[in-house]
Amino acid sequence: MKATPLSNCERRFLLRAIEERKRLDGRQCYDYRNVRISFGADYGCCIVELGKTRVLAQVSCELVPPKPNRPTEGILFFNLELSPMAAPGFEPGRQSELLVKLNRLIERCLRNSKCVDTESLCIIAGEKVWQIRLDLHLLNHDGNIIDAASIAGIVALCHFRRPDVSVQGEEVTVYTPEERDPVPLSIHHMPVCVSFAFFQQGTYLLVDPSECEERVMDGLLVIAMNKHREICTIQSSGGIMLVKDQVLRCSKITAVKVAEITELIQKALENDQKVRKEGGKFGFAESIPNQKITAFKIERAAIDTNNVEEQAEEIIAKADPPSEVFAKPILHTPGTAQIGEGIENSWGDLEESEREEAAEEEGEIEAAAFECQKMETEDTSTMSETKKDEPIVLSDSEEEEVIILEPQEVPKKTRTQTNSKQENTSKKAFNKRRKKKRAAY
Amino acid sequence: PPQIRGSRSKALPDRALVNCQYSMATFSTGERRRRPHGDRQAGELALHLKQTFEAAILTELYPRSQIDIYVQILQADGGNYCACVNAATLAVMDAGIPMRDYVCASSAGLAEDTPLADLSSPEEAAGGPQLVLALLPASGQIALLQLSARLHQERLEAVLDAAGEACRALHAVLDGVVRERLREVTVLLGD
Repeated sequence: MKATPLSNCERRFLLRAIEERKRLDGRQCYDYRNVRISFGADYGCCIVELGKTRVLAQVSCELVPPKPNRPTEGILFFNLELSPMAAPGFEPGRQSELLVKLNRLIERCLRNSKCVDTESLCIIAGEKVWQIRLDLHLLNHDGNIIDAASIAGIVALCHFRRPDVSVQGEEVTVYTPEERDPVPLSIHHMPVCVSFAFFQQGTYLLVDPSECEERVMDGLLVIAMNKHREICTIQSSGGIMLVKDQVLRCSKITAVKVAEITELIQKALENDQKVRKEGGKFGFAESIPNQKITAFKIERAAIDTNNVEEQAEEIIAKADPPSEVFAKPILHTPGTAQIGEGIENSWGDLEESEREEAAEEEGEIEAAAFECQKMETEDTSTMSETKKDEPIVLSDSEEEEVIILEPQEVPKKTRTQTNSKQENTSKKAFNKRRKKKRAAY
Repeated sequence: PPQIRGSRSKALPDRALVNCQYSMATFSTGERRRRPHGDRQAGELALHLKQTFEAAILTELYPRSQIDIYVQILQADGGNYCACVNAATLAVMDAGIPMRDYVCASSAGLAEDTPLADLSSPEEAAGGPQLVLALLPASGQIALLQLSARLHQERLEAVLDAAGEACRALHAVLDGVVRERLREVTVLLGD
């Protein structure tokens, strides 16, 4: 399915709001949306919600032979999937640009920064190592997939426990979780991505763009940093031109944001750890409130309504009064009515040789007339009325048959037609023909 | 390659579409590669190339048409992306397509507190931070910025500066080459 396009009005509105430093959801330029982290029952499974954007992460492991050129290191594999569940524009199985971009970003952020110690994943050099696989699924797209995905990824990796292994000589014993407690992965640091959206050739910048903001932005800059203020990845995309001090400024903002987010992550991990140890209930079932009908709610956001009244009054005062309304319907014959009168057909003599002076219905908003409703149907509007005693000269177009209502000058939509015997059809005949026409469908 | 007409559904009504394809020859790296294109890295690099050139080429002058850029790596020794960008700049200039400025790209890294410019393959494999920068030298605007591996925030400026300088030096070289070629061509055509 194609995603619904953003209308020009919305685009202009968003851009003007950004120029006035206002955002649709009331945030400031550098504010993040609420981040919620919830864990599943298994180790290594978590869902991160950034506003309405939701990402599910799952880590799993398996024993494999290592890569030939790196015999002492474990293997990390990252995969991000966009399913149509996230947004109607995403299609399954098709590698779009966005997918490639996101995947590469996640890979660079988590793999090249060496946040996971791969040497510790080695069991027997050259023969058996752990392969850690991180799968990310986007559940809902409301902007800023990268940040949510990176947070989900790193939280899942921190949360994951792999089975304990012992090596005796050549023999490897893998213990099940019942025999020995599973062991966490050794994580050096937690890189978190922060996205900046640029507007108007870099004049305005927003942190954590929502989906509409993403659609109108000029470009995106993603900086991944950890809490020790080391930059793990920078990526600019979207064809914007940056200047060096913009980049430096962004990196400073990132440092602040990352500190906050890392704290949040730590707290969430600790909470979960505590709950599990105390034997309490954990898992997704707990984190989704079940007294509510929908599990998807928006927190209250404070909105500044101080000036709203004055602004509204101002606008109303300045606006023009509404234009005159045509009040009275014109009754031609019992059962037909017409509201307003159309203007003359300006198409010139199309098919008819006669010019009719009767009023036109073209471009008229529906009259209440029953007939009119039937005639109106399709496209073109070669309208012409006929006066009563005049034979209609036919055109050779194969448009539908014209039904001429008889003697009264009822303006009607008619079509040019292919028979020529019109005058004075009685109403009965008219009805008959009408029925015929209807039957023709 | 010059401007190409066509490209049905993706045609943009007010500007040209830039289409890039990146591929590496199988003999380009130390070990023979199996798949020349189709892997993720090739896709990503092609995407970055496209992004860089869309920003640099004056696409508004060619509505509803497509510009294709094909890059093939014959020998890879570090700085693949940068070489591609520089080569493509020259190609686009040679084709006569108007651009805002030369696009010069260079990589830079850090080795124990010294910023290095234009990393070669062993330096890249050493695992230090690597910054790739595509710059339009006259205005100093950055068309593409990409960093992999850890770099402390304080060092960012130093590395950016090193890359910027390398790009400017490159710009001088490219400029010289283009003018030389122009001179040759006019001499040949003039006769």
